[in-house]
Amino acid sequence: MTEKSFPSPYDQAPAAGAEGWKNLYAYNLVFQDNRREVEEGKFWFCDSQHWPTVVKPFETIGLEFSVSCLGQYNTRHLLIPPANGIEFRLHNGYLFMSPVGVPEAEVAPRVPEFMARAGHYFQNWDTLLEQWQGKIRGTIDELGALSFDALPDKVDINDVTSGKGTGPNNELLAQYDQLIALTYRAWQYHFEFLNLGYVAYLDFFSYCKEVFPGIPDQAVAKMVQGVDMELFRPDDELKKLAKLAVELDLTGLFGQTHNPEATLDAIANAPHGAEWIAAWTEAKDPWFNFTVGNGFYAHDKYWMDHLELPLGYISDYIGRLQTGQTIDRPVAELVAERDRISEEYCELLSPEQLAAFEGKLGLARQVYPYVENHNFYIEHWTMGVFWRKARQLSEMLQAQGFWPEADGMFFLRRDEVREALFDYVTGWAVGAPAIGPDYWPDEVARRRVIVDALQSERPQPALNTPPAVITEPFTLMLWGITSDQIKNWLGDSDAPEGEFRGMAASSGVAEGPARVISSSDQLSEVREGDILVAPVTAPSWGPIFGKIRATVTDIGGMMSHAAIVCREYGMPAVTGTGTASSQIVTGQWLRVDGNNGTVTVVEGHVHDVTLANDAAIQLEQAIDGTVLEGSHA
Amino acid sequence: MTHAPFIQFFDSVDAPLHDLLGGKCASLVALTQAGMPVPPGFAITTAAYDAFIDAAGIRADIHQLLDGLDADDIAEVDRVSAQLRFEIESRPVPAELHALFVDAYHALQARFREPVPVAVRSSATAEDLPDASFAGQQDTYLWLTGIDDVAAHIHRCWASLYTSRAITYRLKNNIPNEGLSMAVAVQKMVNARAAGVAITMDPTTGDRSKIVIEAAYGLGELVVSGLVTPDNITVDKIMLMVVKRVLGDKHAELVPDPSTKALAELEVSAERRAQLSISETEITAIATIAKKAEKHFKCPQDIEWALDRDLPDGENLLLLQSRPETVFSSKAQTPVTPAGGFGIESITRSLMVQAGKA
Repeated sequence: MTEKSFPSPYDQAPAAGAEGWKNLYAYNLVFQDNRREVEEGKFWFCDSQHWPTVVKPFETIGLEFSVSCLGQYNTRHLLIPPANGIEFRLHNGYLFMSPVGVPEAEVAPRVPEFMARAGHYFQNWDTLLEQWQGKIRGTIDELGALSFDALPDKVDINDVTSGKGTGPNNELLAQYDQLIALTYRAWQYHFEFLNLGYVAYLDFFSYCKEVFPGIPDQAVAKMVQGVDMELFRPDDELKKLAKLAVELDLTGLFGQTHNPEATLDAIANAPHGAEWIAAWTEAKDPWFNFTVGNGFYAHDKYWMDHLELPLGYISDYIGRLQTGQTIDRPVAELVAERDRISEEYCELLSPEQLAAFEGKLGLARQVYPYVENHNFYIEHWTMGVFWRKARQLSEMLQAQGFWPEADGMFFLRRDEVREALFDYVTGWAVGAPAIGPDYWPDEVARRRVIVDALQSERPQPALNTPPAVITEPFTLMLWGITSDQIKNWLGDSDAPEGEFRGMAASSGVAEGPARVISSSDQLSEVREGDILVAPVTAPSWGPIFGKIRATVTDIGGMMSHAAIVCREYGMPAVTGTGTASSQIVTGQWLRVDGNNGTVTVVEGHVHDVTLANDAAIQLEQAIDGTVLEGSHA
Repeated sequence: MTHAPFIQFFDSVDAPLHDLLGGKCASLVALTQAGMPVPPGFAITTAAYDAFIDAAGIRADIHQLLDGLDADDIAEVDRVSAQLRFEIESRPVPAELHALFVDAYHALQARFREPVPVAVRSSATAEDLPDASFAGQQDTYLWLTGIDDVAAHIHRCWASLYTSRAITYRLKNNIPNEGLSMAVAVQKMVNARAAGVAITMDPTTGDRSKIVIEAAYGLGELVVSGLVTPDNITVDKIMLMVVKRVLGDKHAELVPDPSTKALAELEVSAERRAQLSISETEITAIATIAKKAEKHFKCPQDIEWALDRDLPDGENLLLLQSRPETVFSSKAQTPVTPAGGFGIESITRSLMVQAGKA
């Protein structure tokens, strides 16, 4: 029997040990008991694409800023006629979203407003975008200048004699406020252009669907996609450094990349090493402001702060260069394929249709790179600096006894952090110990238990009764949440046992052993020839895309990172399967059909992951005569 | 002057000359040369027919018998036809000519793992002329095995140039007997596991970005004649991705019966009916050939294809025919031109349409 509805959040008890979880979050972020009727009347879907794990109290800043700024641009800046923003709630620690429509009567009056506002951006795209670059870099510089040091025993004599009149406590509080305000500002910049990028894409997309009914989504994406975007630059920099190491004969020095200092020292002291170090230093800033996560979690590891990560990837690339492999993305092929596709569709159009098609395609291509590139500037660069500063603050307060572990602060809401800071500066001012060290350690420990308990259960894909048809443009495009997808989640799919259906996000067919990765910490487990299976992937996983044969994700649509990166690498991807990563087991043999959006577990064909990988794959191929198509692996 | 060749394999590099090959063989050679996988085979050219007639010394007799014949005098036409066919069939094929047939037949068989049956088809020079739909006037022989049988039927094919039907047709259409000749196709008989048609457009909408494939089990006759409901698969022509599948009932299949050397219509099991008659890989292969044919002939094509049981995977898709699509293409097209333009007006319109507000 299939269900017609998802559970109500009010009927969903949290995991054992997580009772009282709601109090971890601000009141407006959870379903309140007295709002049951209102909240049950809405359909909520889980955004595990951006928040795949439980959000700790301080980390709600990411979802609050991003989702509210997304809404702000639709609702207040651009007045997108049919779409306001997205409401969001945390339920059992996971984020759920519900798009907000515009009342019928307000839609038409918004049209001229939208045309004037959005029209201005499209007409002045290049100059406004250049201005944007200056704004975001300025904001990042301001964030970078913040520092959270312990308060000194006494105020500097110069501050006294100059008649400054305030102490470092004042600065500390101001810096904290700045940290929050600058980050909020950056998130507004994030959406200044993003929604416009999407509507231009959507316009081209709708036109393609009209003139070529049933055109695959992938065809539209391929025609628009740029191939040389800044988001790929960090990975490209690693490849350049790997090639340079080969050229300069430094390859023997990458044996202990887990120790970056020793590695870099050895290189610096080697003949020609200085040249490599100079290239490394130049690449590092800004391109290593890149996270292996997605920028929304305090534990996200940034290359800049963990140099063993880029060094490890470089070492990996060196190894592949030495065995004669090509490590570059097939850029020329991708461009040729993009041009072929566009030209062939163009040939089928009447002159009148062709003019519209080319105009829309041109605009979509002009604005599209931002849709990817902003990610580097905000999620990676800005948030990298934000988390570094936040960790510094948490460690400073740890040193003051507020919590025993370095990450203690992330179990506080950001307003509670400000309270704790007030507590700290008050203690400093009055000369008596702050109260925090007697209060927070137990409270943080209590909260940690709750977060861990919440973490032990996966969220529902959605809550309440879904609408008959999903029409909201952003839900469709950003999250890939279609009526079919919802049917899948409700167990209404007609997919046979052992088969997963999702979006045919990148074409080609490949077979190989599954490698299920649920967190970026497991990335080092990925072996040559694996099929990556993950709830969601992050752009910074670039370096592993050269090793794998295909990607399968639980969530995400045509424009999800997995889809985009796989198209860039010319390998199959099936996204938005709903449950693949929790049902597929590492080592199972998979057939990924990126043309039809299916993933099949090949029965009785378990791949021995303990075998040396290449040998194992050759063995599998010898047994099966497996033919790989559409894969550059 | 060197004489024209007696044998031309379909995949030879020589030009498909109509006078030498007749209509059918010329088209098979042209398709093969365009890279289309037509069933392998060879043509016995008109030069071979002419050499045979000259060796038999009956050219003048033929003209004499046909001269002044009245198309309406059926009894006389039948009498002349019988005599001409006897004259041709009773004369031996010169040994050197026969040896060429034997060699060509064995060369063809050498392409298969085991001996395959062949079809022997007539390919007259007077067929496929602009105003003469001459196809089917002469004989075709199916499921022949062994060189003796094949050689005998080549001989009979020649004789079929003078069936009563053919003679009458030529008389009524004022096609002169002078220069009349005949080539013969010896072609691997398609042993179809599945077959059907493909049109390089969506005939229901006229959308040229699609290829619609109809497929069923066995030979394609049941699909073409509409006697089974085939699987119907729509493929995007540019991406070569399946965009729609409709499972057909395909309750029957036409397959060769080796014991009777004829075709038998068998019932398809429920289990086989419940699945597509062709695989994803085969769908892509069919769409690829259809697209290639369209590109080659520069207009939408209506093709007939078959998947041969005897050929290895990857080489088993055969193209039996490719002709311009005429049903939709001949209609005056008045495509509904969707909201054109670009920029903010069209973006606004798209947003409203998407949200169901326009």
